[in-house]
Amino acid sequence: MSDEARNILLCGTGGQGILFASEVICGAALLAGFDVKKSEVHGMAQRGGSVSSHVRYGRKVWSPMIEAGRAHLVLALEKLEALRWAHFLRGDGMLLACDLEIMPLSVNTGQAEYPDVSAGLEAMGVPFRFLGAVEEAAGLGDPRVANTVMVGAAARWLGLPPGTLEESLRMRLPAKALAVNEAALQRGMQLTAGV
Amino acid sequence: MKQGRLNAVREGRLLLSGNEAIARGAWEHGVTFAAAYPGTPSTEILEAIGEHYPEITAQWATNEKVALETVAGASYGGARTLSAMKHVGLNVAADPLFTLSYVGATGGIVVVSADDPGMHSSQNEQDNRLMARAAKVPILEPSDSQDALDLVGWGLEISERFDTPVMLRTTTRISHSLSVVQAGPRREFPPKGYTRDIRKRIPIPAFAKGMHARVEKRTLDLSAFGETFPLNLSIAGSRSLGVITSGVSYQHAREVLPDASFLRLALTWPLPWDLIGRFLAEMKEVRVVEEGEPFLEEQIRAHFLAPVEGKKYISLEGELEPGLARRALAPETVEPPVFAPAQVPQRPPTLCPGCPHRGAFWVLNRIKAGSTSDIGCYTLGLMPPLEAVDTVLCMGAAITVLSGLEKALGRDAVAGRIVAAIGDSTFIHSGITGLIDMVYNGCTGTVLIMDNGITAMTGGQQHPATGFSLRGEPARKLDLEAVCRACGVDRVTVVDPHDLKSLERILKEEMAVPEVSVVITRRPCVMIRRPEHRAVAVLDPAKCVSCRRCMSLGCPALSFVDGRPVVNAMLCYPECRLCADVCPKGALTKDAGGAR
Repeated sequence: MSDEARNILLCGTGGQGILFASEVICGAALLAGFDVKKSEVHGMAQRGGSVSSHVRYGRKVWSPMIEAGRAHLVLALEKLEALRWAHFLRGDGMLLACDLEIMPLSVNTGQAEYPDVSAGLEAMGVPFRFLGAVEEAAGLGDPRVANTVMVGAAARWLGLPPGTLEESLRMRLPAKALAVNEAALQRGMQLTAGV
Repeated sequence: MKQGRLNAVREGRLLLSGNEAIARGAWEHGVTFAAAYPGTPSTEILEAIGEHYPEITAQWATNEKVALETVAGASYGGARTLSAMKHVGLNVAADPLFTLSYVGATGGIVVVSADDPGMHSSQNEQDNRLMARAAKVPILEPSDSQDALDLVGWGLEISERFDTPVMLRTTTRISHSLSVVQAGPRREFPPKGYTRDIRKRIPIPAFAKGMHARVEKRTLDLSAFGETFPLNLSIAGSRSLGVITSGVSYQHAREVLPDASFLRLALTWPLPWDLIGRFLAEMKEVRVVEEGEPFLEEQIRAHFLAPVEGKKYISLEGELEPGLARRALAPETVEPPVFAPAQVPQRPPTLCPGCPHRGAFWVLNRIKAGSTSDIGCYTLGLMPPLEAVDTVLCMGAAITVLSGLEKALGRDAVAGRIVAAIGDSTFIHSGITGLIDMVYNGCTGTVLIMDNGITAMTGGQQHPATGFSLRGEPARKLDLEAVCRACGVDRVTVVDPHDLKSLERILKEEMAVPEVSVVITRRPCVMIRRPEHRAVAVLDPAKCVSCRRCMSLGCPALSFVDGRPVVNAMLCYPECRLCADVCPKGALTKDAGGAR
C-alpha cells in the first residue's frame, strides 16, 4: 500500500452491526501493522438512525474522519444509506451495498418516498454492486451475520494481508458465534470473487 | 459500545477509543476511585473501568455533582481519582468544581469533560474550556487515544503537584474515535490516608481568601510548567504558515497541511506564553485551529496583541472535519467533487420497536395532551406521528417547567393539556428536588415517571432504582413510589404504558384532580429485556380497512404499502402488541408462540 491512508466508510442504520463490522476491519489492519483510526458516534444516533463508521489505515493516519470524495470503498448495510454516503467515494472507488431496504420514519408516515437507489447511484455515476447479504446470512443459519458477509465481500478492496480478517474475527467472537461468522466471511468473499 | 475482547489483552499495542484509553490511563496511573453519571460521549469511560479494571472502585453516581463530590472525598483521603461527565454534566457539577479549585487535591483529581461539538447527542455545544478557565482549573486536551491515556497520568501528577483538580477535556471525535495506543502495566498509588486540615478544606472567608491567593499563584506556576510540558508539541515545518491547535483539530489540520509548522498544545490553560511567543516570532503567518469557542485565539491575541486569526476560518458552530479544514486552511488543494451528493430522506433516530414510551406518547397524543419533557430517549416523542413533547431544557426540568407554567398561567392552562414526562434515571438525577418543590409550592400538575428500568439513551446503565451497581452486583433498590410519597405526593399510580386503555383512564383521572399526582409508567426497555417468545404481528388483509390507525404509533417495524400495513419481521419486537391493540378491526394480531 502507498503512503496514502486507505479510507473505508461503513454505513447503515442503528442495530445492523456496523460498529462490529468496522471493528473487524480495524483489527485486521492492526494485525497487518498499520496505523489505524476509526471514528463513529454513539448515543442518540443509534436509536434506528443513520449510522456511519469511518475507518482509515496506512503507514500514518492523522484525521480519524474521511473527507468527502476520498473513500476507497463505501460499504453500506442498507440501500438508502448507500445513496446518502455515495459522494464520499473517490473517482476510482467502489460502493458495495446490502440489498436491504429499511424505511425511515418519514417514509412510513408518508412524508417522504423511499428513493430508487439504483437509479440514484447510476445518475451519480458511482460504480456499485448490490449484494443479497441478508439472504446469504439466513442461508448460513443466522440473518444477523449479514454484516460479516459484507465484510467478506469487501475484502478484495481492503488491501489487507490474507488471513488478517479471519484472525480479527477470531479475536473478537466467542466460540459459539465464530463458526457462522467465519462461514459468512468466506461466503462474502465468494460473492465478489468475480467482480 | 463494548470492546471487551480487545481490551482483555493486558499490555502492548491496542486499538482503543479515547474513552477506553482514559479508562486504561486511570488504571495504569493508579486511580483507585472513579464515579460518573452516564452521558454521551463520556459513558464508556466508567463502563470500561467497570468491565476491565477491578482494582478501581467504580460507581454510577446519582448525578454529576454527586460524582464529583464523592471523588473530592476520596481525594481528601489521598486516593487517585477520576470523574467523567458530558459537557452539560459539568454544569451540574459546577458547584463542587469551582470551590474544589480553591480547596485543591490531596490524591489526584481528573475531571473528564466530554464535549459534543456538532451535538451528535446533546442539547447544546458549550465549550467547557471556558468552564474550566472560569473555575481556574488547568485543562488537558488529548488529540488521540494515546494522548488520552498519557494525559490521565499527567493530569493526576499535575493535580497532586499543583494541588488542583485537572480537567481532561475531550470531544466526541476523541472519545468515540479509536486509535493505536501502547498499553503498559499498572503503577500502584495506595491512598495516603486522611489527615484533618481545616485551613485547607473549609473555605470559610477567613481561609478562602488565602486559598484564592494560592489559586492565582498556581495559575502562574502552571503557565511556567507548560513551557516545557512534553505534550505541548512544537513541530517544525514551513515557516510561511504556523498552526496553533489542540485536540482533534490538530489531526484535521495536520491532514490537510502536511508542510506547515504546528504548535500542538495539550495543556491549553493556563497557556505557556514564552513557547507561544517564540512560535509567533518564527512564523510569517499564524492561524489558530480550534472547534467551538475562540478559546486559544482570544487569549493569544489579547496577550501578544498579535494578528493571529482563527474563527475567521473555522466556524464557531458544529464540529470540524477534514473537508471543512481543507476548505478553510488549504483551499488550493480542494479538488472538485467527483460525485455530487444525492438528495435522500433523513433518517433521524426513533423510539425502538416495542419501546415502552411509545404507548405513553400515543395515549398523550390521543387525549390531545402534550408534555414538558426531559433528557432521554423519550425526547424522541416529539417526532410525528406521536408529537407529544412540548419542551426539553435540561436534566430534571420536565417537572419544574410544568410548575412554572402553572404558576404563571394558573391551573386551567395545564390541567388536561400538559403533563411532565421524565425518565426514571433522570428523575433520580435531578427530578426529585423539583417534585418536592412542586408539592411544597402548591402546584396541581401530573408527573409521568417513564420507568423503563435503565438509563437507556446512553446505552443501558444501572441506576439506584434498578437494584444493581455499575458492575452488575445487587444493590439496595430505590422505591420510586415511596420516594414520590415521601415528597408529599398522595396520588401515586403505577401502570404498564402498553396497557393503553388503563393509561388513558388513569391520566384523565389524575389530570382532573387538583393536586400533584405521579403516574409511573413501568415497562422494561427493549434493550434490556430478553423476550420470552418470538411472536411477530400478522395482518389479515381481509379485515384491514386501510384506516392507518396502526401507523399512528410511529413504529419502525410498520410501513404502509399499497394501502396496507406491512410488518418487518426482523424489527417487530415480540412482546409488544401495540399495533394489534390499536387496530379497530382486529386485522393485526399478535400471538405468543407464533412462528417467525
